[in-house]
Formats: sequence, structure tokens, C-alpha cells
Amino acid sequence: MSTKTATPPAPAVQHEAPAPQRPTKKAHRAWDEVPRWQIYFPLGAYLLFTLIPFYWILLFALRKPGSTSLVPWPMTFEHFEKVWTQRSFGTYFENSVYVGIATLVMTTVVALAGGYALARFNFRIKRAFMLALLCSQFVPGALLLVPLFQIFAELQMINSLGSVIIAETVFQLPLSMILISGFIRNVPYSLEEAAWVDGCTRFTAFRVVVLPLLRPGLIAVGSFAFVHSWNHFLFALMFLSNQEKQTIPVGLNSLMSADSVDLGALAAGGIIAALPVVIVFAFIQKWLITGFSAGAVKG
Amino acid sequence: MAQAAAVAKKPAPPRRRRGSATPRRLPYLLIAPAGLLMLGFIAYPVLSVFYYSLQNYNPTKPWRNGYAGFENFVHAFTEDPQFWDTLVFSAKWVVVEVGLQLLFGLALALIVNQTFVGRSLGRALVFSPWAVSGVLTSAIWVLLYNSQTGITRYLADMGIGEYGTSWLSDTSTVFPAAVVADLWRGVPFFAILILADLQSVSKDLYEAAEVDGASRIRQFLHITLPHLKDAIILSTLLRAVWEFNNVDLLYTLTGGGPAGETTTLPLYIANTSVDAHNFGYASALTTVAFVILLFFSMIYLRLSKFGGDDK
Repeated sequence: MSTKTATPPAPAVQHEAPAPQRPTKKAHRAWDEVPRWQIYFPLGAYLLFTLIPFYWILLFALRKPGSTSLVPWPMTFEHFEKVWTQRSFGTYFENSVYVGIATLVMTTVVALAGGYALARFNFRIKRAFMLALLCSQFVPGALLLVPLFQIFAELQMINSLGSVIIAETVFQLPLSMILISGFIRNVPYSLEEAAWVDGCTRFTAFRVVVLPLLRPGLIAVGSFAFVHSWNHFLFALMFLSNQEKQTIPVGLNSLMSADSVDLGALAAGGIIAALPVVIVFAFIQKWLITGFSAGAVKG
Repeated sequence: MAQAAAVAKKPAPPRRRRGSATPRRLPYLLIAPAGLLMLGFIAYPVLSVFYYSLQNYNPTKPWRNGYAGFENFVHAFTEDPQFWDTLVFSAKWVVVEVGLQLLFGLALALIVNQTFVGRSLGRALVFSPWAVSGVLTSAIWVLLYNSQTGITRYLADMGIGEYGTSWLSDTSTVFPAAVVADLWRGVPFFAILILADLQSVSKDLYEAAEVDGASRIRQFLHITLPHLKDAIILSTLLRAVWEFNNVDLLYTLTGGGPAGETTTLPLYIANTSVDAHNFGYASALTTVAFVILLFFSMIYLRLSKFGGDDK
């Protein structure tokens, strides 16, 4: 209580006190300092909210079936074995990896080509194309399930992973292309011109000069495409009715919608679903915020 | 921006004349894959939705298929109370979710923007639910909310609430329960975007404000908030559209229930087309959703000053 009432005037006092000795620097620091409890208390409270659900799923996945203990001890991996073999999460995992990697590659390559054109050329339909990109971000895949289903049925692609890969790629493209063209604009055109003068073709100049500089941005966009298609659920649910072809999120959903939910299996399945995402983010975290803020400036 | 564009434009014409180096067709070739994919799998489906919205189309009842005029729309607006319920719920869901996410996201961003011991770990942990999928979020909260071994049981042990309650199957608790579950993974979205923008506030401004003796709250109101204004408006708008469209979480967490209590318009559309196979009617509802989305995207384009300096 007493700290609460005492804190507001405190910085002002500190601001006055050291001023005579070190006119600017120290005064700033004292003034800048937010009282520690104002950081750690709300942050700690929010972290509880964030971390308890994570702990809960670990707890259910690792403790013995029927146990109500609040610590996962004695630890068991039987839920994982069960989900991986009996509930075919092994197959789902493989399918999700295919979909994720194919979506990553297609999105990055197609968006890179389009983004380069948008960043470096002026052509007649450029403005219309940009407008289409911005607008299509507002068209949700969830609302197009029926017509997309009909198209893939026409193409004989129902029950093939290709349908999901194409659908995921298409809905990733607009944002990816806008971001990538922003990254390319950040690379001075004169660098490329210098390479042409040295005798490079446009493509070689792009590959040797521009591409290495785009790495943080491409990693952000590519991992985003991977994670998004890994996590996404509706397309796989709609287009893949054959159980052999389904992906992890569909498998998780079927665990949840069973009549009596096996909570241990659900928790273990959830952790299997989360693992690749955790790994990807641990790997790319340092690029993520810089990558996105660089693109965001261009909008 | 302007500089980059100027640099980009000027050297282009002479290059083009040099012949094969930069053929006039090159930009078109480069955007062709993306353009074709988007034409085939976004534009064409959208048009076909408009077409089917004027048809009776139900693969399980082919004898009734045919041109229906505005029948589907009339039915939605005059005879289908559930349609209105889903509209109202969509609005409620979007406003509550986005409002709370913005509030908590802003607060979190301001906190983790300070310098303190353990900051990078704190950031990583606070942002972590962002990458969790809708289905996995549902799975986690099903575990937390289940009546036998969920968190409610332990709360009941401490004297809060009653034993055996399942928050997801009771009409009075399902809304807050779903809101909290979606907040859990939605707040980091705002926190990340706002934090990225916070880092571009010039330190000089704060120093000047300190010299003038402005309090931290005044600094926040007069420096930080105006700087963040654009980012906040645009991310709020994008998030509102996203929350409106996103059906993963509600579909798997509540299935729209109990008793249709948590059905948004897109979820209603999905159920109408997947379970009832009433594609014509679903297309009409989708058209209504598009009109709503169009309204928001116009605001977005207006605010983001589309192509303003990019002409």
C-alpha cells in the first residue's frame, strides 16, 4: 500500500537530486526508470495466464491415464505411442510435413517473382494488381469452401494433398507478395545496375546481389507460410475425406469430436501438433520482428 | 519510399531499349503465376458464389435445382431468425475480442518495451501462443474446461464455482469461456505489431519531453499514442476482419453451440453448406458476408492510403 502512494512523486525527487553533479545523463536514467513492480507484477500475472494452459497440456500428455496429480510424475509416454500408432498421427504428421514444405516453397517462389515485378517495374496493370492483392486479403478461404471444392472436384484433385497445397498457397500469396516487394524496394536499385555493368544478366544480378540481402525477409515469409499451412484446418477437412490423406489439425479435431474424449491422447496429439511450430519459431525468432517491421513500413 | 521509387523508375526506359536484357513482357511473366493462381482460385470462386446465390442448388435434392432469383436473400432476411442471430453474435464476438486484444496487447507491448532483467525471455514467453493454431487452442482449452479433470475442478476445490460444471456446454458461460480461449492466442498479435512500431519512436522526443518535465502518462498520451495511431487503426481493422472470418476455433471448441449460441455468420455458412448441402442458400449468405467485408476493406484501403506515393 505504502509503495503505491509513494511511487508517483519519487522519480521527480530523484530527477532533482543528482542533477547538479551530472547534468543530463543520470537525470534521464532516473526519470526513465519505471518502478520494477510496475513491470514484473503485470507481466507475471499475464505469464500465468499464458503458461498455465501450456502446463496443462503437458501435464495431461505426460501423466498416467486416470491420474489427477498436478505434477506429471511418474512420467509416461504411452499417450504419445497410442496417438502416433493407433490414431495414425504418424501418417497425419507426414502429410502435414508435405503440405507445409510444398506451401512454403510455392509461396516463396511465386511471391518472390511477383514481388520483384512490383518493386522494380512500372507496367500497365500494376495498380490494378496491387489493388487485387490488397482486396484479396479480405476474401476468406472459409467462405469459399464450396466453390473451391467444386473446382478441385473438376480437376480430380479431391483427396490429393495437391488441392490443399494449392489452396494454402493461394491464400498466403497476397500478403507474402506485398511483404516481399517491400523488402526488395529496401535494396537499392543501383546495386543491381552495378552488377549489370559488370556483365551480369538481370537474373544473375538478382541472384547474387539482391537475394542474399532478402534472407531475413524470406525466412520470415517462408516460415509464416509453413506455420500457417501446418496449422490450418478447414481446407484439409473439406478436400481430404480419405483418412490416409488427412493432416494433423484434422486428426486433432477428430480426437476432440469423439463421443468420449480421451484427454491424454488429445494432449499428446496437441503436443505433436505444436512441436514443429515451436522449433521453427525458436529457429527464426531473431529475424521475425525485424523482417516484419521492414515489410510493414512499405505496407 | 519516394526515393526508392524514383531510383527504380529512372533507369528503366534505356535498359528496355537495349533489347533482350529487359523485355517489355518480363514484369507480366513475373506476375503471371501469382495472377493465374489468384484468378483461378480466388476470383473465379467469388464469381461463382455470386452466381449460385441466385440459384436453388442442393446436390442432394437435384430436382429442385434451378434459377431462384432473390429467393435465397428474401428467405435469409425475412424467414430465417438464425441468420439474424449469427449476425448479432458475429458483431458481439468481433467487438469484444478485438477490443480486449487491443487493450491487453497495447499494455503488454508497453511493458516488454521497457528495459528489465529477463526481457528477451519474457518477450518470447508472452508471444508464444501467437503461433498456436485454432484447433490446438481448442484442444488446450477443452482440457482446461473439462468438467472432470479441468481447471474448474481445482477451482471448485478452492471454493470457487461448483463441481462438475462444464463452461463450454452452459449457455451462460460459453461466451466468456470462448472469448478467454481466443484472447489467449490473440493478444500476442497486437503486442507484436505494436512492439515493432514502438521501436521506431524517436528517443529524442522523450528526452525533450523529460526536459520539459512531462509525466510518463503525458508522454504516453502525447508522443507514444499519436505515433502508434496508424498501426493501431490498421491492425485493429485487419484483426476485426480476421476474427470475423476465422472459424477454426469456434468450429472445434464449441461447434457453434450450445443451441447455436456461438455461431458466427461464416460458421453458419460452413454448417449450411457442409451439413445441409444447401449450396445455393450458403452462397447467398456468403454474398452477404462479402458485402460486410467489402465495407471494411474500403475503410482499410482508405486509411492505408493505397498507392498514395506509389503511383
